[in-house]
Amino acid sequence: MNVDIRPKVLITKVGFDGHDRGSRVVAAYLRDAGMEVIYTPPWQEIPTVVKLATEEDVDVIGISSLATDHLIVPKVMDALRTAGLGDVAVIVGGIVPDEDEKTLLESGVARVFHPGAALDDIARYVREVTPRVRAARGAV
Amino acid sequence: MNKPLDTQLIDAPEARWQAEYAQQIGADRPIVNRSGIPIAPLYTPRDFDPARYAETLGFPGQPPYTRGIYPTMHRGRTWSQRQLIGLGTPEDYNARLRHLLDQGASAISLIPCNSVFRGYDMDEVHEELLGTCGTVVNSAEHMERALAGVDLARVSCAMNDPSPFTLLAFLLATAQRRGTDWRAVSGTSNQSDYLSHYVANHMFFRIALPGARRILVDHIDFCNRFLPRWNPMSVVGQHVQQGGATPAEAMAFTLATAIQIADDCRARGMDPDRYLPRFTFFFDISISFFEEIAKFRAGRRIWARVARERLGAQDPRAWRFKFHGQTSGVDLTRQQPLNNVARVAVQAMAGIFGGLQSLHTDSHDEALSTPTAAGARIAVATQNILREEAHLTDVIDPLGGSFYVERLTDQMEAEILRVMRLVEDAGGMYRAVEAGLVQKMIGESARRFQAGVDSGAQTVVGVNAYRVDEDAAARQPLERPDPARMRAHVASFKAFKAARSQAAVARALDALAAAAHDARENVFGKVVEAAAAGCTHGEICGRLREELGFGHVQAIV
Repeated sequence: MNVDIRPKVLITKVGFDGHDRGSRVVAAYLRDAGMEVIYTPPWQEIPTVVKLATEEDVDVIGISSLATDHLIVPKVMDALRTAGLGDVAVIVGGIVPDEDEKTLLESGVARVFHPGAALDDIARYVREVTPRVRAARGAV
Repeated sequence: MNKPLDTQLIDAPEARWQAEYAQQIGADRPIVNRSGIPIAPLYTPRDFDPARYAETLGFPGQPPYTRGIYPTMHRGRTWSQRQLIGLGTPEDYNARLRHLLDQGASAISLIPCNSVFRGYDMDEVHEELLGTCGTVVNSAEHMERALAGVDLARVSCAMNDPSPFTLLAFLLATAQRRGTDWRAVSGTSNQSDYLSHYVANHMFFRIALPGARRILVDHIDFCNRFLPRWNPMSVVGQHVQQGGATPAEAMAFTLATAIQIADDCRARGMDPDRYLPRFTFFFDISISFFEEIAKFRAGRRIWARVARERLGAQDPRAWRFKFHGQTSGVDLTRQQPLNNVARVAVQAMAGIFGGLQSLHTDSHDEALSTPTAAGARIAVATQNILREEAHLTDVIDPLGGSFYVERLTDQMEAEILRVMRLVEDAGGMYRAVEAGLVQKMIGESARRFQAGVDSGAQTVVGVNAYRVDEDAAARQPLERPDPARMRAHVASFKAFKAARSQAAVARALDALAAAAHDARENVFGKVVEAAAAGCTHGEICGRLREELGFGHVQAIV
């Protein structure tokens, strides 16, 4: 793994729910771990997320969902692909029932982190996936 | 009479215990509670001065209320069993509501869909999300259906109903249509505390801070005049503690918020003896058992002082710290979810020993999904067991006089007062929140707690210890609203909107807009009129948002 790579991550929330403890804690942890983190407050519209991801050229998008907002994540995935951002790794964290996790993975989500996930595991995953995202992007 | 303790009598045995303890414990790990208070291995008469009993503890129902706000406390009335419910259509909600009332619930609550929290109607939002987290109630007609068969003059209704309080307006329209006297309607406007919402970025943001501040005072004034049995103000510590605040910080922010809102009412020329007795409080109950008990006892003591000395209330009812507690969802785990039944029982016991007036116990499956009916049943049964089987309510304040609990109550009080002073120095809660000070403190506490879990300093069974391989297939299947029923709900809503008197709707919304710019008018009064005229939730929130500004959210990491 290339240790010089500094992942660029967008941490956000879509939908209606405002429980942002998880997104704030993860954002702060990744930032303190040396990553470049763009953090948004809750309640982002899908086009806003796509616009931010495009402008900031992020490697990873982390979407936090505590109250069923993950049900519109497949719509986020469609919008990202339409915008040519199909190679960005999207991770979802929060309360995601098993049957919904399957739907999310099928829609293109890279990984779902459930309650109890260690922050270090999340950071490790972001570091691992970033070179792959960049390689895919370079290949296009 | 007992003689004052002669501490010399315990000098020698104490020294011997200290020596034996030091010898046998080995490397003693320091223990600090969530609020940052170091915990000693033993507490003794040295930690509790009986001479201060009258001043710091007293008797139940008497200032400073440390031992409880009523003379009989749980030996008399126990607490209201108030489960939060909300899902699907108004009919779905009504079915679950009646089921819970049959099971022994004595008061009801209504959690609206998150689209409602955000101030939208169902025809403005992603349909995938409708009713997955609460009931889709957008009009007086929906409220009528949601509360079918519920006598509004008898059953107390608590509604999660932030500013501009459209759900209460729909409830009042329903009462009016049924011929129920408003003066008989009882309940609580949960989530009326816009500051806690703003701080914890919780659930909604509808109207910018200055507008929310004004409408809240209008709402309190209206309820004081026309709804004598309604609690218009629920000051909320739950959001901030779920958001990461320590128990002491949560209590401090809540008391500071109550002071802010009381000051705002007083600045309007209102009488503290009218509005303060109708202030209620709402707290999180974490699994840090003794800390939570001490938090509640200390909070009660501080409020009795603040209400009288600082806020000018003469009526003792205003000094009583009435609170609802909810067991903390943050402590629940997705891993081995049945373990959560045990956690909820411990949390609920802390609330009971803390002297609560009303309790919601979480369902054990909350960390997996919106609670299932089976999960909700166990949560209710947990309360019934604690109340009627376990003999927890035989004695009032049964932990009072425990050297540890009294010492911890004093220490929690000191810590709460320290945080309250920080807020005071920042110009009060409104300014402290506007400046982001409170949000910053909560974020830091949340990170400190997570670091403790990640390092293993704080055990979480099934998460960082005692892990087992689990069969995910064994978990309860999800219960989601039937999409066909939800689509029919949306279709009937659209038909309802088309069939209304559009002129009456327009007139009511214009009157609402005019009131928003006229300090002599009561905005909430106009919301009530608009609801009766057939205006919808989204229309009312939308119009006020245009007039008073949309809230922005601060991004503070």
